[in-house]
Formats: sequence, C-alpha cells, structure tokens
Amino acid sequence: MSILINKNTKVITQGITGATGLFHAQGAREYGTQMVGGVTPGKGGSVIDGFPVFDTVIDAVNQTGATASVIYVPPPFAADSIMEAVDAGIELVCCITEGIPVLDMVKVKQYMKGKRTRLIGPNCPGVITPGECKIGIMPGYIHKPGRVGVVSRSGTLTYEAVWQLTCLGLGQSTCVGIGGDPVNGTNHLDVLRLFEADPDTDAVIMIGEIGGSSEEEAAYFVKQHMTKPVAAYIAGITAPPGKRMGHAGAIISGGKGTAAEKVSILQECGISVAVSPAEMAQALLKIYKP
Amino acid sequence: MNIHEYQAKAILRKFGVPVPDGHVCYNSAGAREWAKRLGEGPWVVKAQIHAGGRGKGGGVKLARTADEVRTIAREMLGMTLRTHQTGAEGKLVTRVLVENGCNIANELYVSLLVDRATSKVTVMASTEGGMDIEEVAAKTPEKIFTEAVDPLVGLTAFQCRKIAFSLGMSGKLVGKAVSVLQGLYETFIACDCSMLEINPLVITAENNLIALDAKFGFDDNAIFRHHKIGDMRDYDEEDPNEVEASQHDLSYVSLSGNIGCLVNGAGLAMATMDIIKHYSGDPANFLDVGGGATIERVTEAFKIILSDSKVEGILVNIFGGIMKCDIIATGVVEAAKQVSLNVPLVVRLEGTNVARGKEILAESGLNIVSADGMADAAQKIVQAVKGAKQ
Repeated sequence: MSILINKNTKVITQGITGATGLFHAQGAREYGTQMVGGVTPGKGGSVIDGFPVFDTVIDAVNQTGATASVIYVPPPFAADSIMEAVDAGIELVCCITEGIPVLDMVKVKQYMKGKRTRLIGPNCPGVITPGECKIGIMPGYIHKPGRVGVVSRSGTLTYEAVWQLTCLGLGQSTCVGIGGDPVNGTNHLDVLRLFEADPDTDAVIMIGEIGGSSEEEAAYFVKQHMTKPVAAYIAGITAPPGKRMGHAGAIISGGKGTAAEKVSILQECGISVAVSPAEMAQALLKIYKP
Repeated sequence: MNIHEYQAKAILRKFGVPVPDGHVCYNSAGAREWAKRLGEGPWVVKAQIHAGGRGKGGGVKLARTADEVRTIAREMLGMTLRTHQTGAEGKLVTRVLVENGCNIANELYVSLLVDRATSKVTVMASTEGGMDIEEVAAKTPEKIFTEAVDPLVGLTAFQCRKIAFSLGMSGKLVGKAVSVLQGLYETFIACDCSMLEINPLVITAENNLIALDAKFGFDDNAIFRHHKIGDMRDYDEEDPNEVEASQHDLSYVSLSGNIGCLVNGAGLAMATMDIIKHYSGDPANFLDVGGGATIERVTEAFKIILSDSKVEGILVNIFGGIMKCDIIATGVVEAAKQVSLNVPLVVRLEGTNVARGKEILAESGLNIVSADGMADAAQKIVQAVKGAKQ
C-alpha cells in the first residue's frame, strides 16, 4: 500500500508531444509506471515513441482507462489543461508546470469544488511510490521502497531528504511534492491525513519553507490527530522579508510566514524539527525507531 | 513587479476609480507649468520611488503656490530619499508627481490580495487609513474587515455595502463605496495583480471618495499577457544584479553576506543559505539556476555572483536528478575557467554519475574543493573564506 498512486495506476501525459513531456513520460515508463498514452490537441491518432496520442483527455480516458494525469503544458495553457482533466473525471492530476498565473489557479480551485479530482501542484516535482509508480520529474533511483512518507513544497530539497533516508537504509512509502505556488491543489495537511490513514506509512518527513501558513495548519493537525511520528525542516531562516525566494509562494509578507515562526509552532506541536537541511533524516530518527 | 504611484493612478483612472488630477514631472520648470494647468492649488508634490514611508522621509510636500511647487520639485529631484523601506542607501528621486490637493475629512484603508488560505481574492478594509496596516492588524484586529470574493461571480454589491457599513458609512457614500470597491476589483482582475493597496482612501469634505495613494504588485507569472504593464517596469528601482539574472532566467536575490551560492532548485537554494548561516557563515545571495545547469547558465550565474564585490567564496550545491553529475561538473569547470575565478570554490555534487563528476573536478587543475553532503560543503566554504582572510 501507499498513498495516491501504486503499481496499478494508469497514467496519461498532457503535453506529451512537447520535449519535456515526452522526456519525462519515457523516464516514468522506464521506472515501471504504466504510462498508457498522452494528449496533445490536434495530434490525436498519432503515436509517439509507442505512446498513443489523443486530442482530448476524455478520449484518452475512454480508450486507456487512465485514472491519473501529469501535465507538462506551458504556463499560459496549463490551467485549462487541469480543468480538462477534472472534467474528464481523472482522479489524480499532477501539474508539473511552473509559472501559472495565480488568478488562473484561483479559478481552477473554484472549478474543482465538488469534483472528484485531486490536484497535486502546480510547480511541483510530482508523486512517487518507490518501486511501483513514478509520476513527475524526480530521479527514480534515489528512492527506495519503504515506510516513511515525505511531503514537500520543494523539488530538490525533497530529493535531499529522500537521499538522506535512502542512505540510512530507510525506504519511502510515497513522496509527494505539493509545489511552490501560493495557490495549489493539495497542501501539507491534506497529505498528512492520507499518510495517517495509510497502514503502510509509519512516519513522515514534512518539508516546508517561508510564506503562507500551510505548515502551521499541518502542525496543528499533527498535534491533535496524528499517531505517527513527524519530523520537519523549514527552509528560509536567512530569507529577507518582502523578497520572493524563487518559488512564487516563498515570500515573507506583512511579517507573516517567517521560518522562525513556523519552526516554533512545529516544535510546540511535537514535531522534530531539523536544525539544518543536512539532518532531516536524523531528525526523524530521534523520534522514530524503524 | 511594482510600478510608480503615478502609473498606478493612471490605471485606476481607466477603471473609474477616482484619483486626484495630477501629472508626472521630470524637472522643476515642468512641475510649475503642470501645477498651473491642473488648477488653483494647493498642490501636493510627491517623490516617485518604489518604497513606502515617503512622507516621513520628506518625499511628500504641500505647495500653496505654483512657484512653491517649482521650489519643492527642485529640492526633491536628484535627492536620495531614505525611508524605512529603502534601507540606508536610499533611492534616487528622478521624477515627481504634482497633483491637486483635497480636503480630507476621513482616511480609510482598502487593499485586495490573493488569500492563500482560501485561494480567493480577498478585500481588506479598515477605518485606520494612513496607518501601517500590519500594526493595525497586530494591535486592533477588530478594526479590519475582510470579504472573500467568489471568482466565478466577482465582488458583489452586497459585499461592498457590508464593507461600507462596517467602515461607518451611510447615505450616498455607501453607493460611492460600492462603485470604488468594484472598480478596484475589476482593476485587480484585469491587470493580474498580486496586491492592490489604497492607503489612504479618503472621504473628502464634499463627501466623495478618492484614492490618495495607490500601490500595485503584479503577478510576475502573468506579465506575459500584459505588455503595457510590463513596459512600466522601472529597472532603476531594482537591484542591477537581480535584473541581469532575470534576463538569463536565473532566480537571484542579493543578500548582505560574503559567500556566494549557486544551487539548483528554490528550496535547496534557501536551505543552502540556511546551512551556511548554521555554520556561522554569511550568504551573499540566493541563486537558483533551475533544472538544467548548463555551461551557459552556470557561467552567467558565476558572473552575477562575482560582480558582487562582497563575495569572498562560492558554494555550488547541485542535486543532479535528471541531470548527470559529470555533465554538471564539466559545466562548472568550463564556467570557472571562463570567468577566471579567483576566490575559493567548494562544489557539492550528488546524483547520477557523481564519482565521475568528482573526478572531472579533481582533474581540472583548478582550485576546486569537492565536498560530500551539504554539511561538509557548508563547513568547507565557511572555513575557506575565513582562512583566506587570515
């Protein structure tokens, strides 16, 4: 078991005929993911490197039985692609695209209300259940099947945490990159709920950063409802206020969302917070005996 | 992206939000001429820089005569204005806004922003206009009223009335408030704002509403569909290195320390700054080279880092996921040669082909220190920079 995806998940790629979409579809297929096709409007009926291409998501779903989709569509069109996947009844959409206008995402969020789809991202590395299914741009080989869940706003920092775990012999159940944008589909709290309910996840590493209050809300959930140990790291202790640190959502505004504030709330809620990014796995081992 | 006040007011005027009549001026003679054309006075002369707190720094002044407008404009143009937002170095004033004064009866606060918690545009209003709103929020949160907007419906009249009544308005003023608030919302959506702040929104002695100041923040991700707004960008108001970096699609923020950082990924870049600090070093910048650390991008990144004279050492931290470490190592070596690097360089590589990558660094003949893991890398660069000083 795992959360969100497993070896039975069938995945389509939206934007499969683009260089990025095709490259990562091939990578996921090599990893063993059931990549069953892709969508590029106007190129339906063709085949690219063995992947059947469809004009619409609904066509792809009807023909392949896909229940998950990954989006590599350029930013001006990505919000529309998300809504198309939602309309087609896809259960899980991972939007990798970085740079979607925030007001487009505000509309998408409203559109998704009452629909069955879960959105991961945008501006994220994707989701991986090691050894079973990889949806996104993360390097597969750094992962190892196991029982630690990882959730993060950042891509490379997730790899860092995963690599630390793997080097210590600790495998992962599922790793979820929720993305660095201010308005996204799934937040830390949503993923913690899934990990808490998953019988094959024993512990969690949560990686956060400056800006917003997603980490704090997750921390209160940990305190009140979580039975599994949670370790965390918050990036941006040295980030100056008012400056966007790469991610559209990583900004301290109005004195809110500082790393220091987040760390202190996380600690109050019983989370083991790593003092340096080199010690994320060790921070977990302080409260978790595998 | 930010714009000047006079540009902000021009946008608001287009959307029917009342603002004082005024004009931007680049010299004092022009300021005097425009004052006469605008009306009979009094006028307000306002320094145009991208920072708040201008009034306290002497950047906003009242003039009773057109000659006085000229005198004030002459003083302001060319001065370096220091406010709590500019830092000690201040900002050079190259243009002033001359506008008609108004009879202020009451000052209110209104802003619109994207609320991350609700994923909606939210209107914030307060009776405490002209104040620092963060202070109001901290000390008297009951004086701030908010309304979240359904994106598929827009800001409704009843929501605007709710705000107006909360602010203590009555009679004809309520209808005027509905018009102003809906105009602001329309502006926000049409221009893809990330933030729009009117502080103060003034109730005049004649019982009208007028936006006396205006501050816009635009969503950088949406500038591609607003060329006219993109053209308003004033590069003189921004850090030249940050401008240069953005032209090469590098994400760069300059800081005050002496250790330059070159990292792939925003989260890892922040974490790299943090770990330098953790080992008592001081990062000079945030720099995310993005997913593909090619020779060209790494070279540009090195150039930008080295153009900061404070930099006494560089830490490269790359987690090569899809990218192979041997290719990244070749890129770093080539780039270091091209910029004839003369400060200590510590490189931490992790990922595919990492052993080959380290060999390439070692064989380069360059003075590159290879590190294992983030902690080792941070300790080595902090040590190298300290050692170089002794």
